[in-house]
Amino acid sequence: MNSLTIIILAVVGGVLLFTLFIYNSLIQARLRVKEAFSQIDVQLKRRTDLIPNLIETVKGYAKHEKETFTKVTELRTSLINAKSPEKKAEVNNMLTDALKSIFAVAENYPQLRASENFKALQEELEDTENKIAYSRQFYNSVVLDYNTKLQVFPNVLFARLLNFKPAEFFGATTDEKKPVKVSF
Amino acid sequence: MFLFVVFITTLIYVFSKAMGLGLGVVGIALIFSGIASIGSYYYSDKLVLVTTGARKIEKSDNPRYFRIVENLCIAAGLPMPKVYLIDDPSPNAFATGRDPKHAVVCATTGLLSMMTDAELEGVIAHELSHIKNFDIRLAGVLAILVGFVAIASDIFIRATFFSRSDRNNSNAVFFLIAIAFAILSPIAATLIQLAVSRKREFLADASGVLLTRYPDGLASALEKLKNDHTPPRSASNATAHLFIENPFENKKVKNFFTSLFNTHPPLDERIKILRGM
Repeated sequence: MNSLTIIILAVVGGVLLFTLFIYNSLIQARLRVKEAFSQIDVQLKRRTDLIPNLIETVKGYAKHEKETFTKVTELRTSLINAKSPEKKAEVNNMLTDALKSIFAVAENYPQLRASENFKALQEELEDTENKIAYSRQFYNSVVLDYNTKLQVFPNVLFARLLNFKPAEFFGATTDEKKPVKVSF
Repeated sequence: MFLFVVFITTLIYVFSKAMGLGLGVVGIALIFSGIASIGSYYYSDKLVLVTTGARKIEKSDNPRYFRIVENLCIAAGLPMPKVYLIDDPSPNAFATGRDPKHAVVCATTGLLSMMTDAELEGVIAHELSHIKNFDIRLAGVLAILVGFVAIASDIFIRATFFSRSDRNNSNAVFFLIAIAFAILSPIAATLIQLAVSRKREFLADASGVLLTRYPDGLASALEKLKNDHTPPRSASNATAHLFIENPFENKKVKNFFTSLFNTHPPLDERIKILRGM
C-alpha cells in the first residue's frame, strides 16, 4: 500500500464520518420539529374536545343560532381531519374566528353569560388558545433552527442528497395572535 | 467563566511552584470542595424550599399562576416544573433545581397579587430562562471552584507554617506571590462568582423576553419591584442570589464597592436594557 492510497482512504473515511455527523444532527433537528408539532396537536385536540361541550351549553340558552353552531361543528370536524401543518393552521385560524362569533352570540343572552358552566368553558378555551399560541411559537422557533441547519454551508450539500426537506411554519393571522378577549 | 478558569490555573501554578510539591495537594482541595458542593447541588431544590418555607401547589390552588408557568414552559419547550408558593407579602420569585427535569419555580403571594398578567409572565419567563440556561448548574460549578480556591489557600497557608525548614529549593519570589494569593484569592474568587451571577441575570432577562416577546412586561414588573419596600420574611443571605431581585438591596448605599458584592445587577440598569429592546 503506497502513501497515495492511504491518503485517499483517509479522505474518504473523513468525508464519510463527516456525513454521518451531519446526518445525525439533521435527524435530531427533524425529530425536534416533530415533537414540537405534537405539542401543538395536543392543544388542538384539547380545543376540539372542548367545543362540543361549549355548543351544548350555548344551545341550552340560544336555540335560534343554528348557523353559527353548524359552522363551528364543521370547522371542528375538518380540524380533526386536517393532516398537514399548513392545513391545520388554516382551519385553526378559521375556527378561532367562528368561536368568536359564538361568544358574540352569547353576549345577547344574559342568562348564558351568568352560567357557571359557560364561564368555565370560556376560560378553558381562552387558556387553550393561549397555549396554542405558545406551542406555535416554540414550534416555529424549532422549525427555524431546523431549516437553518438545512441551508448553512456544508450541510446544504448533504441535505438534499439525504432527502431532508425544509419544515413548514405554523402560520398565524396577525389578528389571531391575540387571545380571544370577550368583554361583558 | 473564562476569567475564572484563567484565575484558577494561575493559582494552581503559583501554589505548586511555591510549595515545590504541588499538584497532589491541589487535587485534594478540589476533591474536598467537590464533595461538599455536589451534595448541595443534588439537594439544593429541597434544601432551599425548606429554608424558604415554600409549599407545593396544584393547578386548582392558583390557576392563574399555574397557567402562566404552563404556557411559558410550552413556549420554552421545557417540561413542567414543580410549582411552589411562599406566603409572603414581599414580591419575589426564584427558580432552582439541577436540570429542567428537576426544576422548581417559586413565587411569593405578594408577587402574584401585585403584578398584572403580563408582568407576572415576564417574571416567570425570567425564572424559566434560568432553568433553560442551566444557571443552577453553573452556580453549582462556580460554588465548587470558589470552595476549591478557599480550601487550596487554606492548605497552602497551613503547609507553609509547618514546613519552614526545607524550603530553600523553591523560588522565593513565587513564595511571596503565593502568600499574597492565598490571602486575596478567596475574596477574588467570590467576586468573580458574583460577577458571573450578575451576567446570568442579564442573560435570563433577555431569554425571558424571547419567550414572552414583550420586554415591557418584565420591565414594568422590575419597576414595581424597585418601588416596593415590603420587608422580606423568607429570604436569608444564603438564598439571596436565587431571587429575581436582591431581597436585601439597600437603596441608599450605592457605591462601587457594594455593587461588587451584589448577586444581582442594579434594577435600573436591567430596566433600561429591557426598555431599549
